[in-house]
Amino acid sequence: MKKVYNSAAEALKGVLFDGMKIAAGGFGLCGIPENLIEGIRDAGTKNLTVASNNAGVDDFGLGVLLQTKQVKKMISSYVGENAEFMRQYLSGELELEFNPQGTLAERMRAGGAGIPGFYTKTGVGTVIAEGKEHKDFNGETYILEEGIVADLAIVKAWKGDRAGNLVYRKTARNFNPNVATCGKICIAEVEEILPTGSLDPDMIHTPGIFVHRIFEGGHEKRIEQRTVREG
Amino acid sequence: MAWDRNQMAERAGRELRDGMYVNLGIGIPTLVSNYIPEGVDVTLQSENGMLGMGPFPTEDEIDADLINAGKQTITELHRTSYFSSADSFAMIRGGKIAMAILGAMEVAENGDLANWMIPGKLVKGMGGAMDLVAGVGRVIVIMDHTNKKGESKLLKKCTLPLTGAGVVDEIITNLGVFKVVEGGLKVIEIADGVEMDEIRQLTEAQLFR
Repeated sequence: MKKVYNSAAEALKGVLFDGMKIAAGGFGLCGIPENLIEGIRDAGTKNLTVASNNAGVDDFGLGVLLQTKQVKKMISSYVGENAEFMRQYLSGELELEFNPQGTLAERMRAGGAGIPGFYTKTGVGTVIAEGKEHKDFNGETYILEEGIVADLAIVKAWKGDRAGNLVYRKTARNFNPNVATCGKICIAEVEEILPTGSLDPDMIHTPGIFVHRIFEGGHEKRIEQRTVREG
Repeated sequence: MAWDRNQMAERAGRELRDGMYVNLGIGIPTLVSNYIPEGVDVTLQSENGMLGMGPFPTEDEIDADLINAGKQTITELHRTSYFSSADSFAMIRGGKIAMAILGAMEVAENGDLANWMIPGKLVKGMGGAMDLVAGVGRVIVIMDHTNKKGESKLLKKCTLPLTGAGVVDEIITNLGVFKVVEGGLKVIEIADGVEMDEIRQLTEAQLFR
């Protein structure tokens, strides 16, 4: 089966539709699928629900899709770096579902693993717990959270091979492995596609079964907070 | 004279014990890494998927793929490991992280914590804070004793939406150290040059000595 494509536009062909749910990897601007986000912008797909820890900044990452008003709803844990997001949310143009970060990651992991829901202590006694089933285990109260299955998962990895096996680099891994599993279709953009057999099978982070399409792209890798010490 | 940011961080550093895995929040809690006592070996967790967080990089060490949970560039150590966000919060929820040190807008005398949103005003999100306070062994808050208007941030009851209910174990402010106990907050240390009367005046929560 051919998994390798030449560009984001080519890899996205035939998978996008208005009103779809997309899960996106990345933490802040680190390890985000930059090329796929721009590809979705160029395709003009509308009314998107996007599950992603953050929403990018105004002119980069998922912020690009907010500027073009392609996003109907975000499922995120933190959106503090994006003024346009705040404006659209406060004016009621954009729906927002806050998820605690670990709950969001586990919802993706669970969804991808065929687990429709799980109980967690996170959020008990807060607004997050409102309307959710509560259940006690060993004298402690937990709430029920549901797994996320997305129509499309978009991830960014460091290296991949033609079989779709992925390796991430440092903290650019973050949500990407969890996102990759929770899509009905997963597209991965990588810095380098190697011939199958070049990656050490013991060191694969995301096995190729989860990845349907893969392409090589250039990455700006913008840094949000450049913090240094004296050398 | 009350404690400044660095003195508060230094005081928090004295809560660290050898061998602990610890998560430090953004702001003053980050400074605690400068005050890890001699002979105490702790491993810092960053919830975006890293154990063994090193210092900030020099200009030529900067790596866009290596950031902490505050999105700041960071470095790795020999002991460092990387993992997914789901694994990161498995550590946190699973009780493997001994302590979290974080900032707050309000803390109530029953240990309720509010640090993630001001309705209609500040909409940023809770990030990993709700998972941390629900999952780690001990939760220590570092914050100024009063807000910009001079009002107590140690309250009988939080007014802002909660991050966690009954989750705080200890509070370090510029005026002293307070432990959450049955019925209120026990004053366990007073900052240099601060009088107990001043603390009483600036604290809404029930205090014990």
